[in-house]
Amino acid sequence: MELDPDDVFRDDDEESDNEFYQEHEATKEYVVYLVDASPKMFSTTCPAEDQTDETHFHIAVSCIAQSLKTQIINRLYDEVAICFFNTRKKKNLQDLNGVFVFNVAEREQLDRPTARFIKEFDHIEESFEKEIGSQYGIVSGSRENSLYNALWVAQGLLRKGSSKTADKRILLFTNEDDPFGSIKGAAKNDMTRTTMQRAKDAQDLGISIELLPLSPPDEEFKVSHFYADMIGLEGDDLALFMPSAGQKLEDMKDQLRKRMFSKRIVKRISFIIANGLSIELNTYALIRPTVPGAITWLDSVTNHPLKTERSFICADTGALMQEPAKRFQPYKGENIKFSVQELSEIKRVSTGHLRLHGFKPLSYLKDYHNLRPSTFVFPSDKEVVGSTCIFIALHRSMLRLNRFAVAFYGNPSNPRLVALVAQDEIVRAGGQVEPPGMHMIYLPYSDDIRPLHSDTDAVPRASDDEVKKAAALMKRIDLKDFSVCQFANPSLQRHYAVLQALALEEDDMPEIKDETVPDEEGMARPGVVKAVEEFKLSVYGDNYDEEGDVKVSEASRKRKAATENAAKECANYDWADLADKGKLKEMTVQELKLYLMAHNLSTTGRKETLISRILTHMGK
Amino acid sequence: MARTREALLLLLDVSPSMHSVLPDVEKLCSRLIQKKLIYGKNHEVGVILFGTEETENELTKEVGGYEHVKVLQDIKVVDGHLVQSLKHLPQGTCAGDFLDAIVVGVDMLIKKYGETYKGKKHLCLITDALCPLKDPDVGTKEDQVSTIARQMVAFGLRMKNIVVRASLSGEPHMRVIIENDNLLNIFSKKSSAKTLFVDSTTSLRGARKTRDISPVTIFRGDLELSEKMKIKVWVYKKTGEEKFPTLKKYSDKAPSTDKFATHEVKVDYEYKSVEDPSKVVPPEQRIKGYRYGPQVVPISSAEWEAVKFKPEKSVKLLGFTDASNILRHYYMKDVNLFIAEPGNSRATVAVSALARAMKEMNKVAIVRCVWRQGQQSVVVGVLTPNVSEKINIPDSFYFNVLPFAEDVREFQFPSFSKFPVSWQPNEQQQEAADNLVKMLDLAPSGKGEILQPELTPNPALERFYHHLELKSEHQDAAPPPLDDSLKKITEPDPTLLAESQSAIDAFCGQFVIKENPKLKKSTRRFLREKPSGSDEPNGDGSVSDAQAVNSMESKPVVTVDKIGDLTPIQDFEAMMSRRDCPDWVDKAIEDMKNKIFGLLENSNEGINYPKAVELLVALRKGCILEQEPKQFNDVLEKVCKICRKRNFSTFFDFLMSKKLSLISKSEAVDSDITDDEAGSFIVKSQPKHED
Repeated sequence: MELDPDDVFRDDDEESDNEFYQEHEATKEYVVYLVDASPKMFSTTCPAEDQTDETHFHIAVSCIAQSLKTQIINRLYDEVAICFFNTRKKKNLQDLNGVFVFNVAEREQLDRPTARFIKEFDHIEESFEKEIGSQYGIVSGSRENSLYNALWVAQGLLRKGSSKTADKRILLFTNEDDPFGSIKGAAKNDMTRTTMQRAKDAQDLGISIELLPLSPPDEEFKVSHFYADMIGLEGDDLALFMPSAGQKLEDMKDQLRKRMFSKRIVKRISFIIANGLSIELNTYALIRPTVPGAITWLDSVTNHPLKTERSFICADTGALMQEPAKRFQPYKGENIKFSVQELSEIKRVSTGHLRLHGFKPLSYLKDYHNLRPSTFVFPSDKEVVGSTCIFIALHRSMLRLNRFAVAFYGNPSNPRLVALVAQDEIVRAGGQVEPPGMHMIYLPYSDDIRPLHSDTDAVPRASDDEVKKAAALMKRIDLKDFSVCQFANPSLQRHYAVLQALALEEDDMPEIKDETVPDEEGMARPGVVKAVEEFKLSVYGDNYDEEGDVKVSEASRKRKAATENAAKECANYDWADLADKGKLKEMTVQELKLYLMAHNLSTTGRKETLISRILTHMGK
Repeated sequence: MARTREALLLLLDVSPSMHSVLPDVEKLCSRLIQKKLIYGKNHEVGVILFGTEETENELTKEVGGYEHVKVLQDIKVVDGHLVQSLKHLPQGTCAGDFLDAIVVGVDMLIKKYGETYKGKKHLCLITDALCPLKDPDVGTKEDQVSTIARQMVAFGLRMKNIVVRASLSGEPHMRVIIENDNLLNIFSKKSSAKTLFVDSTTSLRGARKTRDISPVTIFRGDLELSEKMKIKVWVYKKTGEEKFPTLKKYSDKAPSTDKFATHEVKVDYEYKSVEDPSKVVPPEQRIKGYRYGPQVVPISSAEWEAVKFKPEKSVKLLGFTDASNILRHYYMKDVNLFIAEPGNSRATVAVSALARAMKEMNKVAIVRCVWRQGQQSVVVGVLTPNVSEKINIPDSFYFNVLPFAEDVREFQFPSFSKFPVSWQPNEQQQEAADNLVKMLDLAPSGKGEILQPELTPNPALERFYHHLELKSEHQDAAPPPLDDSLKKITEPDPTLLAESQSAIDAFCGQFVIKENPKLKKSTRRFLREKPSGSDEPNGDGSVSDAQAVNSMESKPVVTVDKIGDLTPIQDFEAMMSRRDCPDWVDKAIEDMKNKIFGLLENSNEGINYPKAVELLVALRKGCILEQEPKQFNDVLEKVCKICRKRNFSTFFDFLMSKKLSLISKSEAVDSDITDDEAGSFIVKSQPKHED
């Protein structure tokens, strides 16, 4: 069967409803990663998962590398620049000391990441000392201010594009909570002031500055020393900002990764509760299937991009026409015409809001009441003051009473009944695992649920003993800390690895580890093997022949017989001889098929196809 | 193909007690027939009414009895007339004996098809089962039911009974009801009949699937617990979204006199080189290019074939885990059902043992699935137990797809406890909320569940089919409003609201909401209610537009009177939209021109090109908006002249990438440039590359 690579990730019968999945990504992002490269970043280490120590510099760099790899796939049009400060060498447009902008050939300094950029950045640590070098940029006695310079360079890089169409951010990685600590007196005040002013200037231009602080396990990064003012933290936020000291490194890494994504609101909707009381909600797409990017057709001769032109031709007259505004459905021997407006009018069975029906116990939400990924909703007081308060009250009540809300979501493209399931916040080791809010689960309608055909005869059931054996097995093969998203999609990973390899013109294809295969080692542990054996014995008995118990279907038996017959008949011909003499053309399709069937080949296609298939099989 | 053949016999109770729900019965049945007209044109349908004044059926002629059973239509291939006749069912005057109707129906089906018919044979009974049944001549009613059930099994007839009981309370015939329900139960036990009780017209509309999709397995093979232990399973789809029928594009080109016109539209695709639109590339000469950052990597299908991910067809267990580890909102897609291979008793027992143990221990199984050989992706999903209570339905699992790491976006949200105190509900407010959640109950104990997904029809689809039928009568019919039964899906049920009015009032009284006073009028839209079904364009679809417009409107608060360096485009837009004096438009265009030329003049190594092109794009938009095509076209021509002189070839590439060209006549009437001229403009003005 010929498989279209386009279809690989598409579902059998899913024409993805673009309107639904599409996120409104009106803006793109310009990000400058500003990485402190002072010797302190190299000397401070944290214990990593595998017991070796990692430097803060390594952590910062690997976080960025990771996010670049995600970005090149997911957010094609976002642009990045990587800039180190506190460096020995300098490389920047303004020619400022202590600032080095990392880049590769054929790329502007702030640009979309390219394959080469990612690849070279992956190896930055090896060449860093030689190419760039680390050195404190702020020392007493000198007027140099590398942090000031870094902000200036970053701002310069972000000059392009309007802040209306692009989201501009500076992500600052450092482990120095008091950059001017070594300076005393008026000079310190002066430097602090000018640096603050520089940051403020940048912020006034619509650039947001975000701090990603790194701290050794036994020390706390004190935001209040300096950075709090710069990034505008006050009161409660300040306390919230730094996760408690002494927190494990991996959590921090996780946190860093999470903060690198910026949230995007899919839609703002109003939730009508009752009596005209309605509150404001924002919806977010927290879970959506990631698919490889769209393909671009190229001319295979020149490798130049092609554009597809669509033309509409009237089947009756052959006349070229504009895209027709009407659709039709044959019905009762007539063509019933619908205009596009009528169709959208039909779908608009309600205003585009979320309208509360009532509440049901959670047990009424069945496992099969699902059609598509859920949507997360979170309240907002931006337009309607009081929304959050009402939302929190309902959220608490639903959690406490174990109930979910049923509402009608009049989304104009696909109006549906939805279940709103309250989710409490889950915080593990300082990091948010599940945000608080409600998840909107799209419910099927009656016609979306397939009936189950039942037999009239009673069917066998497991006995208590068999259930007990199954339970014992379950205890053995228990995934204790299973987390829903611990697996990377092997097919997608493979896709990107191949792309990267081809983009960089590497010769050998990288091997991708498929994380989704069962843990063979774990399964081979004696305890597990024994539990499996016992369960098998209890439900199957001693002599269970897996194939023997099965009734072979009529069709497959016929097929089997035909193959055997073909094998017999096929032996009557000297195929190699016929092929050499070019006599295959003279044979009938039936005869050709004998060969194909006997050798388990496909028998579809025209005669020429069959012949060429035979020849290929014979290796001629 | 025999498989697509299907016969359906509707047995409809039209006795007086059914009169109130008849409109919904009519709608349900017409929908059923309509879908057959579209999806199953050769299905056969017959209709029997009972509880009618008159009697008209073959059995009464042959053996007598069977009064008040009227065959409205003999079994025949569906046609449009049937929809018509089902639209207005006659109201009966007599008590309806559903058993008589079943006997007549079974007799009709057997006479018509015998045992040889390969298609499916269905009976669908809709009644309230409130009328007492006549005693049979011999034996008991139970015996009679058993006999019929045996007949039905022998001839492979399936039956679905829908019993409508809108309000059970204060029903005088409790004895009759119990007896009738008991008889219907015997049917369910002894044959493959199903009985469904519905208590609202809304549920009635969803009670019968209006389209029968024969179940097809998506996987048959082993569920591998380990290398050594495998269970034979079949996997079916449990849910699948029913979409709107795919409508064809309509061509009005054929003359109206042409009776044989298909009115279809053929869509043709042509592939043209982006650089040279006159060059057409045949489809087989194309190669797929995949984006990797700004690069496009060409990969032929043969290359892909060699390197792509090719997992083996299999379903493998990864392990079990606590059900609490899998939160409900992680379910990604429609749901599948895993059942043991039918007829394989040991596999059935194995599935049953696992399902029961999982339920007992509150565990779920994580599995990795590759449904088909040659499939290029894997899915990881969760099996949850579905333990059956009926003895003739085997235990099974539901399968839901879980997300991969790439599919989850870990956004951070503030904790509720971190919000200011004024956003936290106080004790009274919390109590009011608790009360509301308790009172606004859609699953009150002792009564049926309201809006059960299994019994709720899709209001948009219902509306479509209703409209389709209306249009077949009058081509210009407007989309019909939702009827009351469907309104209960899109809007809360008024009676339920009335029941919990006190809780709602208390809740609304506890909370105060107001519009954010800081926002300007124009951006407000939340507290404004729009009537359902009005023609006003829907707010949500155009949110982004509205915002865009608003930003334009709100800008001139600080009046802009010249184009600055920082935000030239915004300044330009602001000036263009100033309405206090018409001269602003001209001034804005003039300023913009100067800005663009300034950028080009001072552009060292093309550093200002992107900016200049951005300004050009903005200018173009503005000029189209203000219908000043000449102004822009002059600028563009001048720009090109300058560039040609200085040989700024990369600038042309930029222009190309933005598809920037002259404003043509179709965009602004005042323009004297045709579409073609506009299209070829850049190409012509481009300096010839020296090869």
